[in-house]
Amino acid sequence: MARINLNKLDPQFKHRVADQPGGEGLKACFLCKACTAACPIQPLDKRYDPRKIIRMVLLGMKDEVLKSDFIWLCSSCYGCQEVCPQNVRFTEVMYAIKNLAAQEACMPPGLTAQRSLLRKHGRLYEVGEFENDKRFKLGLPPIVEHPEDYEKLLPDRPTGV
Amino acid sequence: MEVLLYLGCTVPIRNLNYEVSARLTAQALGINFRDLEEFGCCGFPLKSLNVEDTIVTAARNLALAEREGLDICALCNACAGTLNEVAHQVRTNLELREKINRRLKVVGLHVEGKVKVRNFVRLLWEEIGVEGIRKAVTRPLEGIMLAPHYGCHYLKPSELNVGFDSPETPKTLSEMITATGAAVVNYPSLLDCCGGGLLGMSEEVANAMAARKLIDVSKTGAHALVLVCPFCNVMYEGQQKKIAKSTGLDLKTPVVYYPQALGLALGMKSDQLGFKLNRIKPTGLLKIVEG
Repeated sequence: MARINLNKLDPQFKHRVADQPGGEGLKACFLCKACTAACPIQPLDKRYDPRKIIRMVLLGMKDEVLKSDFIWLCSSCYGCQEVCPQNVRFTEVMYAIKNLAAQEACMPPGLTAQRSLLRKHGRLYEVGEFENDKRFKLGLPPIVEHPEDYEKLLPDRPTGV
Repeated sequence: MEVLLYLGCTVPIRNLNYEVSARLTAQALGINFRDLEEFGCCGFPLKSLNVEDTIVTAARNLALAEREGLDICALCNACAGTLNEVAHQVRTNLELREKINRRLKVVGLHVEGKVKVRNFVRLLWEEIGVEGIRKAVTRPLEGIMLAPHYGCHYLKPSELNVGFDSPETPKTLSEMITATGAAVVNYPSLLDCCGGGLLGMSEEVANAMAARKLIDVSKTGAHALVLVCPFCNVMYEGQQKKIAKSTGLDLKTPVVYYPQALGLALGMKSDQLGFKLNRIKPTGLLKIVEG
């Protein structure tokens, strides 16, 4: 990683993360690294390191965090959250960070595609005759799509901004 | 007892063996599953984009269940975890509840967070119990060795599962396996995450995560790995061939859902329990049980 340019740091970034739902615990972190030790991703991909991500957020490295690929590598296993002595709830902090990235339009296309499917079908998979035929043969009741509510409940654009 | 069966998106399309065996075993044990056609996605896939969208989506399903006055039984750990989390948030955070109810108004629903949401195995453990299962077993799975895999969202975050199982030393699934007459196999990577959550982001890392458990379990000589979640199944069964190829190992670890094993112990036939849909056939297991 390049040297940090102090002039490019955003002192408000940590407050923005902490203000997101789930981000509340961020500032309680005392950098003990229990999260990183418990993380199953970190040994396999060094780019994803919970303590490093917290430090970057606290320093105000907004672009380096939000525009990175590594924030999308959390598997949501809650390993970090369970061992944290400060109740930072890092799995939820990661969701807060990803939500902010989405607000800045930095998100993997797969996730927006899933969201469109949900708005259109109310489910992750479209259910047609083929699927219900398979179910019928096993004596299972048909699946009926009810997308109406999903279209009404979820705003047009992914982040509601 | 009567509960609403929450199928979610994946199980009723891709894991019919899980659904069929869960319905059959529940019925045999006196649990009445009621279907609710209006149930849709739990909201989990939206969480990375917008947490509040997840909350409102989950709350819609919870509100539908409240209207029926029944608790929810989910087959997927992500569905159970998300609905349970949101029920807790709506119940304890009045400000959030009001905000979500304002959004739910457009579909004519209202949520209080009153329903209890449990994974099927948790429901069995709490309502039927180990003894109840043992008494119902007519064909003990003697000579069968099974390796449990709980899945992260079955146990964690533990703050949402107070009084249930321990994330460090879980026992409920192991005890439910023992109740069928099978032996539980322990292995070093028991607590490992399947990696399913990042399959869409990095197949390489996800596969590496699943590989460790598959290697461990194959070394124990277990007849099958036992799951309670379709996402874990994507990794351990769906990706197994690819993992075997990339690691150069001869992996052929059968993967079964808990109610499939339970059904065999209750005297049901493998055909009824959807074993034809298991992609890595548990031939050794079925040979011992059915001859």
